[in-house]
Amino acid sequence: MLTKRIIACLDVRGGRVVKGIQFVDIVDAGDPAELAHRHARGGADEIVLLDITATHEGRGTLLETVKRTAAQLFVPFTVGGGIRSAEDAAAVFDAGADKVSINSSAIARPELIGEIGGSFGAQAVIVAIDARRGNADPHTAEVYVSGGRKPTGRRVVEWAREAEERGAGEILLTSMDADGTRNGFDCELTRAVSEAVQIPVIASGGAGSAAHFAEVFKAGKADAALAASIFHFGVTDSRVLKAEVAAAGVAMRLPC
Amino acid sequence: MIAVIDYKAGNLTSVVKALKFLGAQDVVVTQAPEDVLRADKIVLPGVGHFQATQLLEDLKLTAAVREAVAKGTPFLGICVGLQWLYEGSTEAPETNGLGHFAGMCEHFPATFDNNDLKSPHVGWNSLEDVRPDSRLLRGVAPGEFVYFTHSWRAPISDDTAAATMYGGAFTAAVERGNVMGVQFHPEKSAETGMKVLKNFLEL
Repeated sequence: MLTKRIIACLDVRGGRVVKGIQFVDIVDAGDPAELAHRHARGGADEIVLLDITATHEGRGTLLETVKRTAAQLFVPFTVGGGIRSAEDAAAVFDAGADKVSINSSAIARPELIGEIGGSFGAQAVIVAIDARRGNADPHTAEVYVSGGRKPTGRRVVEWAREAEERGAGEILLTSMDADGTRNGFDCELTRAVSEAVQIPVIASGGAGSAAHFAEVFKAGKADAALAASIFHFGVTDSRVLKAEVAAAGVAMRLPC
Repeated sequence: MIAVIDYKAGNLTSVVKALKFLGAQDVVVTQAPEDVLRADKIVLPGVGHFQATQLLEDLKLTAAVREAVAKGTPFLGICVGLQWLYEGSTEAPETNGLGHFAGMCEHFPATFDNNDLKSPHVGWNSLEDVRPDSRLLRGVAPGEFVYFTHSWRAPISDDTAAATMYGGAFTAAVERGNVMGVQFHPEKSAETGMKVLKNFLEL
């Protein structure tokens, strides 16, 4: 049976994993390669590394980090942050990533989705969407870019559909409303997007407990869910998290 | 020497990295028929469109693979590399596969059991009906999980070494003699995937 995926996300700045508590007090949480392996051993189904510096100077450091992290990582590995061209993507693949995640750059130039997919396959392109809707209908949620700072005037569901048509392999959907609250994923929004596209939808933002994951898989129809700060807060690791989600009736890969 | 055939379909880094991690000393990424003919083992990876396999014919690699497998060289096709071992795929009907295994690869159905079925099939799914005599899957128990990402699939036949359920059963691994293929990505399938690659390297 196809299982739902728990994806461990590492935010990286200047070659180190960082964690922000409610978006402030960014503190050092360790070495990306070491943490990626720890998550993979602990049963995470995939690893995502997001470069939150994404500055020109930071690119060399990032590629070095990707190379080091990928060296002995034998689960799917996605890299995002600052990928603006097919050449940027090629460099990241060459360093050992299996997929890239693109966000603002895809909104700015949607052809980029097809350009990367054309060379590396649709499965290698994740389009990340930052969404905000307040209390409005999920179908009216708006796409934000530049780390959630700039509204685009585009509707999330429509952009997800366009991304799919242009050859995206998966959608990484972050609810800015839920992000950082630890009150649970935005299941309504996730469901709206998941029902609008054929490709897998990865839910992100708001995870605070194993029950939240079970909810977004069942009610939200998510194919995968991103876990970032939930691990950093010492709440749990993937193994514990997955056992609890499985106990709630969701198919999980439970390694021995 | 292990020849990893490069037919410009996706990223070979992960496969090569995994083979080297498992101790393969001499891994050559190649498009040359001579390399295929002198190789001790051949790996055909590939993610992407079945159409890309047309390049194998154009570069005379198809004939080289045919000759190499006829003299017993172990061959492993991964993902599209498995699909190429069949007669062809509805993804690119004008492109012939090797035809080593009978049948055509087809797209997942849009619905199954009256439910919508998403495709691509992406994620970790289990191996079922693992054939006990499979050399490639030695030590792999039914129910072990591996990572898939694909929209076309190969049919079940006598050569199926393991099946996976998604919109019905399809061939997750195929094996007859020295010719083998896996629809999943062993290089991305954690311990189970590494076991499969190790089995292949030890043939």
